[in-house]
Amino acid sequence: MFDYKVLSAGDTALVVEFGDRIDRELSTAVLSLAQGLDAERIAGIVETVPTFRSLMVHYEPLVLPHAALAARIDEQIKKLRTREVIGHVWHLPVCYDPCFSIDLDDVARRTSLTPQQVVERHSGPTYHVYMLGFLPGQAYMGDVPAELALDRLETPRTKIPAGSLAIAATMSCVFPLETPCGWHIIGRCPIPLWDHARGTALLAPADKVTFVPVSAREYDTLVTRAAEDVLRLEPVSEFAGAVA
Amino acid sequence: MTPALRIISPGLSTTVQDLGRPGFQRLGVAVGGALDPVAFRAANMLAGNSGNTGVLEAVYIGPSFAVEADDARIAFAGADATIEILDDANATSGETIAPMRSVRLRRGQVVRIGSLKNGTTLCIAVEGGFDIAPVLGSVSTDSRGQMGGWQGRALIAGDVLPLHRSTVLERDEYRIDGLDLTAPRLFRAVLGPQRDYFSEEQIEHFFSAEYTVSAGSNRMGMRLDGRPIRHSRGFNIVSDAIATGSIQVPGNGQPIVLLADHQTTGGYPKIATVISADLPALGRLPIGAKVSFAPVTVEEAAGERRKLFAAVDEIAGKLVRIAPPSAAVASRLLECNLISGVYDAAA
Repeated sequence: MFDYKVLSAGDTALVVEFGDRIDRELSTAVLSLAQGLDAERIAGIVETVPTFRSLMVHYEPLVLPHAALAARIDEQIKKLRTREVIGHVWHLPVCYDPCFSIDLDDVARRTSLTPQQVVERHSGPTYHVYMLGFLPGQAYMGDVPAELALDRLETPRTKIPAGSLAIAATMSCVFPLETPCGWHIIGRCPIPLWDHARGTALLAPADKVTFVPVSAREYDTLVTRAAEDVLRLEPVSEFAGAVA
Repeated sequence: MTPALRIISPGLSTTVQDLGRPGFQRLGVAVGGALDPVAFRAANMLAGNSGNTGVLEAVYIGPSFAVEADDARIAFAGADATIEILDDANATSGETIAPMRSVRLRRGQVVRIGSLKNGTTLCIAVEGGFDIAPVLGSVSTDSRGQMGGWQGRALIAGDVLPLHRSTVLERDEYRIDGLDLTAPRLFRAVLGPQRDYFSEEQIEHFFSAEYTVSAGSNRMGMRLDGRPIRHSRGFNIVSDAIATGSIQVPGNGQPIVLLADHQTTGGYPKIATVISADLPALGRLPIGAKVSFAPVTVEEAAGERRKLFAAVDEIAGKLVRIAPPSAAVASRLLECNLISGVYDAAA
């Protein structure tokens, strides 16, 4: 049984909090609860929003009062260990070329690595999508290897281009839209993470992502093909992981 | 020719809004929607529209626009404003009306709205609505997400917003009497979710303090100025989800109440959440307004939500037909003018 707290976020949302740190085990519990509640299609639940260590449940209190919802959540949490979290595995092309990786040299200097080593270490792990937030389709992917986990820039930039890949402390983020940004930019992804026309996000919470370095030339080709809508990146596979 | 409204001047910031796009926050998509959903409903009722038809929401300063349709019925609800109806774009003056009514306009007529008073927003509904494709089920403008509404942005001069109807239903105009859309000074809030980041003493301070709505407030959040609230456990939390009405307390201790366009997630402790029944009134608070908060339970808040829904249902009963000047009255007026130059209202 997981330890959890139900916290009020007003009268139409509550928070199921499993802990207060970024942790894969907590994340898996959050995502499993989200998938479990979503699958039940409980009348009165408007939507669930998974984050690193908690799940927000938006609800209509005149259909499903707070206490009744809390009881349904408790039932789901009792079943968590027997359920698997479902997601997709992605190989996401990223160009670390200097024309896009405006902070790569800075990152190398701060970490006492060569730019090449930064790229190797950043593209080495399989990242877990903890959550989406901040902008439509923006995934928080972790964890960045400890030696690369840098804090914010002293002066944030007022604008970075869509597709920019950043190190945001222990998370990697690809910003789907042009946005102000205070994090180190180390590359750019040619694949749109948010499809405006369809209103869909490429990545979902619980997905697994590996960054595949591509050349500036390959980047251009991929951007063109994505813009012409002939390229639809497909997941490499599905996976189902047990809740720890 | 496609029936449309042509924007002559956008005002301060005018956007297309409906009741927002809930259901996609897990993808990072903000809910958005009208800041004052009660005014939104009132405007649509006056225009004869169904509940969730997109309107123009003006903030602080209204737009000017021209009618490019044979006829258009337009309704206004929200803050006080002086609404001028001009016969064409070159006219210097025209008839003046107040919000909370519908009006029938013909091709070429221009609506000019000045500064809003006693509130922040004015909803401008058009009979039949705008012919704008919904994104994720909503025509609300998401400026941060650069989607929805009119090209994902606030309106600019020269925008031509297509309408569904080129003419209007033959019917009288209506006004709404007795719907109070002024903002109270006291808002009710449920403690949490991060109440444990604050001592009992600081929570008491929060509920006894008076705050001023500061400049820098926008559709994302209302910044408050007042006595700072101190955190007892630091002011950084692991980012979690945000509900509309969340009152977050950043490092400087000055609370920010998150409004319709808030980000889906954030990393400041949230001391309390304004109850859903008080959110429409929250959207009416202008910069400089004084505001305080009172604690209520989740159960009390649900009861208030029920009352708000009932109050919205009652708006229909407050619709009053505006009597048209009949032919007889018109000729009588003419006669009086011809005879004495003075119209005696008691006659």
